Amino acid sequence: MEGFVFPNELHVTWTVMIVLYPYITGLVAGAFIVSSLYHVFGITQLKSISRFSLVSSFAFLLFATLPLLNHLGHPERAFNIMITPHFTSAMSGFGFVYSGYGVIVFLEIWFCYRADFVRRYATSGGIAKVIYYILLLGVTERDEHTDHVDHKIVKTLASIGIPVALMLHGYVGFLFGSIKANPWWSTPLMFIIFIFSAVVSGVAVLIFLYQFVHWLKKKAIDQGALDAMARLLWGFMIVAVVLEMMELLSLAYEQTERWAILHYLITGPLWYSYVVFQIFICSIGPFLILSVVVLARLPQRLSNILIFISSIMLLTQVLLMRWNVVIGGQLVSKSYRGFTEFFPGILDKEGLVVAAIIFIVPFLLLRQFDKIFPFFETDTHGSNA
Amino acid sequence: MRLALYNAAGICVGSMTLSAFGKLTEFDFPKDLKDLGKFDWGFVVDTTRCIGCGSCVRACKAENKVPDGYFRTWVERYEFDADEAVLVDSPKGAIESFKENHTKDKPIVKGFFVPKLCNHCRNSACTQVCPVGATFESPDGVVLIDKTYCIGCGYCVQACPYGCRYLAHPPGTADKCTLCYHRIHRGLPTACVGACPRQARICGNLKDPKSEIRRIMNERRYHVLKPDLGTNPKCFYIGLDQEVK
Repeated sequence: MEGFVFPNELHVTWTVMIVLYPYITGLVAGAFIVSSLYHVFGITQLKSISRFSLVSSFAFLLFATLPLLNHLGHPERAFNIMITPHFTSAMSGFGFVYSGYGVIVFLEIWFCYRADFVRRYATSGGIAKVIYYILLLGVTERDEHTDHVDHKIVKTLASIGIPVALMLHGYVGFLFGSIKANPWWSTPLMFIIFIFSAVVSGVAVLIFLYQFVHWLKKKAIDQGALDAMARLLWGFMIVAVVLEMMELLSLAYEQTERWAILHYLITGPLWYSYVVFQIFICSIGPFLILSVVVLARLPQRLSNILIFISSIMLLTQVLLMRWNVVIGGQLVSKSYRGFTEFFPGILDKEGLVVAAIIFIVPFLLLRQFDKIFPFFETDTHGSNA
Repeated sequence: MRLALYNAAGICVGSMTLSAFGKLTEFDFPKDLKDLGKFDWGFVVDTTRCIGCGSCVRACKAENKVPDGYFRTWVERYEFDADEAVLVDSPKGAIESFKENHTKDKPIVKGFFVPKLCNHCRNSACTQVCPVGATFESPDGVVLIDKTYCIGCGYCVQACPYGCRYLAHPPGTADKCTLCYHRIHRGLPTACVGACPRQARICGNLKDPKSEIRRIMNERRYHVLKPDLGTNPKCFYIGLDQEVK
């Protein structure tokens, strides 16, 4: 503790789980946007990654609520949010936005893969055949007309999904930005920053996984798709970081009462995690690297390595951003006179080990999903991917 | 559930009479649920009278079984040196009162104590943000928590600008000052009011023009904490310094 904090502020209420939650939902929203860039906006270079991004979004979505449930004092009452929502609360909309988005992604995946399921149903046997039969809801036929209808539905769902995905994550930013009691959180820019950082993390995780999986399987990558994603990552990270810096600049320039304490927050408790790591190393670093990759003609192998490194750095940047927002905001006393301290536990209920497990599980699930919904298989049968 | 809370607070004890509490009874209280609308509980803190003894903090802790390390009320000490530098502290919420500051190099030119508690805001941020409506404002103007419904998300703790809420594990639900709802509905003063040896704390019905709290507010100048946030607090401070947040 430094300076004066209110006695109840010695306890930090929102800890590692609440850092992880916006991080995972960011991946959900970001990955979905990448998929929609192909389905809705027709960026054909992303075709080979569109299925992967959609299923990734779904895998992360399935686990987005886990940190929240682990955090709740009474998780058994979690559904009260949907049963008796208190609509003046921004949080009350969570269940509906989350469920609505889940339905959209699930349906989109289903229509995306339907033609593929038919083909696999015809060629497989045993339990796999039963699984595909169930997945197809008993309709095991397809032709050009059904493919066309499926494709139209996918496009429609992807279009609806864009605002819903942005709402899902923008809403998380709004949860923080609307807390007028907290000088570090309270800004209308917060939800916009969250949306752009979500897209950055979504693209970054797809680049990371795409290269990693292809390296693991020793398969050739689609260079066009990777380059397109690198350009997207570069563009979105510029917008996200500039917005973050503009927010900081306006705080510093306004010189209101809160800047007096926030100035000490940035140069004190958050110096390393925010200024050194988030801004200098993990924002300016990948910006310079990606600028070289996008603007200069580098050997392909070197370029791909640099894109891979940038994706890891930007995944770290977004995680640090979540940490610095969630934890940083709670370090500042509402008395504006001091800072409390926070050290994450290792083996606690909301500690680092549990956080790591919750974060890794979607990746393992994704690996299993690949067996049912093959992501990168070249589809010669005219499916909708 | 809320009806049950009011019942628990003793409102429906029809046979209850003022005389049953003898001299402890300091103000009128609702005898029936239909009386609730005639009440609007408020609080006055006279910082010019507080001596920082911490009796209120101890009384509150004992009365409400507040978990260790958490506070429904606490007292802050403000000390100013000749250069207008301010030193603020509240060791353990002042439950053991205060010791003389041994860190001061310069003589203290001004000092005072400020008791803090839930402001029971008319436009409370905590009520607004509760996603399930477990935090609510009673018809007689007290912000309460239905602990059988609270999910323990901690959003209200973040939303309270005054640091008055906490989320202890167990019980895993939010908690804060209830204005001793169980006492004021029996005509008893809140634990902190009852324990204050200097009458620095006054609780009463803002709708009653003859109440002590109204009399004081009509006679004295007062201020609220962080009025710019629009929470419209009902804890009114007499002699509040601009340094107090």
